Amino acid sequence: MRSILAVLTAALLGLAQAAWAQVELTFYYPIAVGGPLTKVIDGYAAEFEKANPGVKVKPIYAGNYDDARIKALAALKAGQPAQISVLFSIDVYELLEQDVIVPWDDVATSADDKAWLKGFYPALMMNGTYKDKVYGIPFQRSTIVMYWNKDAFKEAGLDPEKAPANWTEMTQFAQKLVKKDAGGNVQRWGVMVPSTGYAYWMFQAFARQNGQDLMNRDGNQTNYAHPDVIAALQYWRDLGAKHKVMPEGTVEWGTLRQAFTEGKTAMMWHTTGNLTAVKDTAKFPFGVAMLPASKQRGSPTGGGNFYLFKKTTPEERKAALAFVKFMTAPERAADWSMATGYVATSPAAYDTAKLKAYAATFPPAVVARDQFQYATPELSTFQTGRVRKLLDDAIQASLTGQKQPADALKAAQAEADRLLKPYR
Amino acid sequence: MRNVHGWLLLTPAAILLVGFTHYPAVATLLDSFFSTGTVVRPTRFVGLANYAALGDDPIFWQVLRNNVAFALGTIPTSIAIALLMAIWVNDRLPARALVRMSYFTPTILPMVAVANLWLFFYTPQIGLLDKFTALFGASSHNWLGDPATVMGCLALMTVWKEAGFFMIFYLAALQSLSPELEEAAKVEGASRWYYFRRVTFPLLMPTTLFVLVNATINSFKLVDHLFILTKGGPDNASNLLLYYIYQVAFSFFDTAYASALTVVLLAMLAGLAIVQFQLVEKRVHYR
Repeated sequence: MRSILAVLTAALLGLAQAAWAQVELTFYYPIAVGGPLTKVIDGYAAEFEKANPGVKVKPIYAGNYDDARIKALAALKAGQPAQISVLFSIDVYELLEQDVIVPWDDVATSADDKAWLKGFYPALMMNGTYKDKVYGIPFQRSTIVMYWNKDAFKEAGLDPEKAPANWTEMTQFAQKLVKKDAGGNVQRWGVMVPSTGYAYWMFQAFARQNGQDLMNRDGNQTNYAHPDVIAALQYWRDLGAKHKVMPEGTVEWGTLRQAFTEGKTAMMWHTTGNLTAVKDTAKFPFGVAMLPASKQRGSPTGGGNFYLFKKTTPEERKAALAFVKFMTAPERAADWSMATGYVATSPAAYDTAKLKAYAATFPPAVVARDQFQYATPELSTFQTGRVRKLLDDAIQASLTGQKQPADALKAAQAEADRLLKPYR
Repeated sequence: MRNVHGWLLLTPAAILLVGFTHYPAVATLLDSFFSTGTVVRPTRFVGLANYAALGDDPIFWQVLRNNVAFALGTIPTSIAIALLMAIWVNDRLPARALVRMSYFTPTILPMVAVANLWLFFYTPQIGLLDKFTALFGASSHNWLGDPATVMGCLALMTVWKEAGFFMIFYLAALQSLSPELEEAAKVEGASRWYYFRRVTFPLLMPTTLFVLVNATINSFKLVDHLFILTKGGPDNASNLLLYYIYQVAFSFFDTAYASALTVVLLAMLAGLAIVQFQLVEKRVHYR
């Protein structure tokens, strides 16, 4: 009798122990580029579970960035478990205002953890840092690069291995690259910069190249009306209106890749996220370069970060830290970069044997990395949706000739000031 | 006690209606009188402030104008084309089933798929439309990137998508007309046009009313294509009221202001429906 009792007690204790050690992590993540990436993520989660018995990871694919944010916030409000999430890097102010996230510094306390936090490219940490605390760990991150068609360059008598290094060169090259038929209709444009979906993002590159950032670090001040910013928009508009090397009006983000691979534009500015797709569909040799400089080079970063939610137990936070460290480890970051075209997030990842081998056969894979030293964080402020749309509208109004760049940007700045005043 | 059975039968539908239609509508109305709360700044009662903000919002007025233009551009055209197609395929003609089917096909396709197709039709240079106009020597046009043409492009696509759907209603109505009427008209020597104007069209009035109400609602309700085609751009030139509500609610997170916009949309649609029913009712012949 006593032995049975002992066995039972032991079994119960064992159960209790197992239940205590069992931590479940639910995390939402978006996918904004092509390819069977849910499988890749599920694979990483399974690998992590194998290495860390006692922690179960439940990845939930949640659509695009907007969907993922809405779903994660709804889950939190409804009391559903969600410990971490990959969300848009620029959502940080919204999440802070909702008071749902905690900084990773709170859990990453050991010397090893602190070294890990310092291991990423500083350019990628800027969007996730608020008042010197790290809220976002870079995961799926991108930046803007220039793609050029080497055949078109040859045809126009340009050096096919040399991309324009500055705005003057870009205009000159583009003018040579425009090809017209007998009737004067344009067969091929010189350069295209998309201006529909993410106009503000592209414009950040122009502004940065002209020496200006569009917002401050605290996210409560925009810089839309600076003379150099206005000059940057004027240059973008002039490409179409004055130099006639880009179509007038807006250029659609979604079809630009086809326009490039069909040879309808000799150069394009686009996200690195399109690299693999261009590589697979272009029938001509193409090059990838850093964006040209005006006063300096420059490109914003973009993409998704890991956030840690407030409503978590200490055990869950510990497990979450272990998981995110696992997901951002050099080997995995290298793997993820090759699968997607996203940039690898740390110098260590670019030092791995497999990414070095990949870059040796496909040099464009490291252009984004080399551009990091000129990078600026993606536009993100309090009231970010509205503040961003103000800029989008100003850009489109200028490109379509409805307003002068100076008027459009000054009006946007005035309205942004009104929106952001309560946050100063 | 006698009514228990009846109430039981009504309950499932009533629960769904209340839960998913009436409660959200009332909650939206209430929300529109409060500010959007965050953890830092909790929700508070602001009365009509959201509606006042709406009056001062130039984008609201622009999307409203856009929406009226969109409705005027799509409704009469799609109804006229639907009626023409219905009369055409109601006649005896070879491969009638095939013709009917092909007119109806756009209706079956999901709006998002249609928008993706038309995005490539409208793309400058590589798009179908530009390839076609190039045959006549016209230069490439940036259809969706030009504020002057973007609305027309959206309207054209919507007419293409909707006309087939309305055709089905007209076709059904035409087939329910008694053939004796046409025979009688022939005996009297009435022309085809006279017969259509004085007999067919008046008899189709109930269908026209139904189609008109549906087309009006659709012109405010259908915004799926904006997500793919223009995202409301350039500079709100193609933004419609419902898409703007989506942007305010899910991109700006201003749920209170979005509620006020929604209330305006609902009130407008309800008003339109009442006017349509009352005006057209007088000219509708129910048999």
